[in-house]
Amino acid sequence: MTAMYSLVFVFLLVLIPLIGVGSAHLEFFFAVCVPTTAIIIFLAGFVYKIFQWTRSPVPFRIPTTGGQQQSLDWIKQNKWDNPSTGAQTFIRMLLEVFTFRSLFRNTKVDLNKGTGVLGYSSSKWLWMFAILFHYGFFIVAVRHMRLFTEPVPIIFEWLEFGDGILQLGVPRLYLSDLLLVTGISLLLIRRLWDSRVRYISLFTDYFPLLLILGVALSGIYMRYFAKVDVVAIKAVTMGMVTFSYANLPFEQIGASFYVHVFLVSTLLAYFPFSKLMHLGGVFLSPTRNMPNDTRIKHHENPWNPDIKPHSYEAYEKDFGPAMHEAGIPVVDPANRGEQA
Amino acid sequence: MKFHYGMPIFAGLIIFLGLVTFPLWFNAPSEAYKDPEPKLPTEAEVKAAGFDTFACVESTQFMREKHMQLLDEWRDWALRDGKRSYTNAQGQTFEISLQKTCMKCHTSKKEFCDKCHEATAVTPYCWDCHIEPEGYNETH
Repeated sequence: MTAMYSLVFVFLLVLIPLIGVGSAHLEFFFAVCVPTTAIIIFLAGFVYKIFQWTRSPVPFRIPTTGGQQQSLDWIKQNKWDNPSTGAQTFIRMLLEVFTFRSLFRNTKVDLNKGTGVLGYSSSKWLWMFAILFHYGFFIVAVRHMRLFTEPVPIIFEWLEFGDGILQLGVPRLYLSDLLLVTGISLLLIRRLWDSRVRYISLFTDYFPLLLILGVALSGIYMRYFAKVDVVAIKAVTMGMVTFSYANLPFEQIGASFYVHVFLVSTLLAYFPFSKLMHLGGVFLSPTRNMPNDTRIKHHENPWNPDIKPHSYEAYEKDFGPAMHEAGIPVVDPANRGEQA
Repeated sequence: MKFHYGMPIFAGLIIFLGLVTFPLWFNAPSEAYKDPEPKLPTEAEVKAAGFDTFACVESTQFMREKHMQLLDEWRDWALRDGKRSYTNAQGQTFEISLQKTCMKCHTSKKEFCDKCHEATAVTPYCWDCHIEPEGYNETH
């Protein structure tokens, strides 16, 4: 049901710019005001979230048992999975951010009906779908910079060329479009297919998936099917990033552009307040970004109260006679009223 | 306000903000963006090229949006189906040929095609097969 609600919500989001531009002719509002506001919300929300997280107390080191920790000299340490120094932790973070190493360890529980053994087996699907999707989305996002820069830096021209290197169709088919749509669809199918994942899935899980799928499909529809005036679009996007809004050619641009921009704006504004903030959060994961050096360094609890040591001897000195009177055994004979 | 590991986190945050605001600071020092201005043929040039009407094969807005689709269809019709004539919405008929129809009026690749393609960082593969028309080498 939550998946259906999410789908209906994304359809509503498509309708808003269709009506707003098609009937109300609010081109300036949908092409400039909405995305600019969304970017401001994105940036401010991102900074707010990071501030909030920076103010949260950091837990004690959490050693994860991904590999052998540093031990005796003749036991080989797994340095990237169980790092004990800053440099090793840095490599673990690099691998985590660029190759999604923790997803690679994803397992599933299987009952072998033949032997009756219940055990864990490797399940790389989540990792593979995530890699396809994230790299596809990243290339798509960076490639869009050709519409936001003048002159276009050579690196974006190379990206544009390389992405369309198969020369399929006109305009050329982008490989990253395939990666993005395949990845996000597989992630969505996985969420619907696997009953255990479906059971724990919420609106906030389906909505970002469907919204990103909507962004991708609206862009694909705009580029390959509806076909829009790219030069007019570049005039609008450049006007937006240089804050010069005079004489922008809105009337030359088809409705599919406004739908695409509105969905992207929704994604940007929603981003800091959703699970998508793992973009910033992955860097602040306590199980990933702290070395396992709890037995090497002395870690002092920063909020320990200042308690002076109080030995038993000193304690008995304070309360000895009273303890003796109550029948509690004491060490010092003087407290028992005896001569030493 | 107490921050935990504030220095590395804020350094990372500043790098992130720098990256996502890239279009703002990249374009700030350059002059205001101007639309590319492809050189359009004059009426006299079109008449001299042997066409009866001044209008292009399709309307300007159609060509701005869908010229690549038209050229793609023309290629398939001419080379795969052997169909060499195209009738547009106004009922006018043109010969399907890049060199003999399009480039009769739009004579210079550099002054016409490249203007918008460079502005939008597009590299069409027309010229993988077609020879770049005269005038290209002189002005390039």
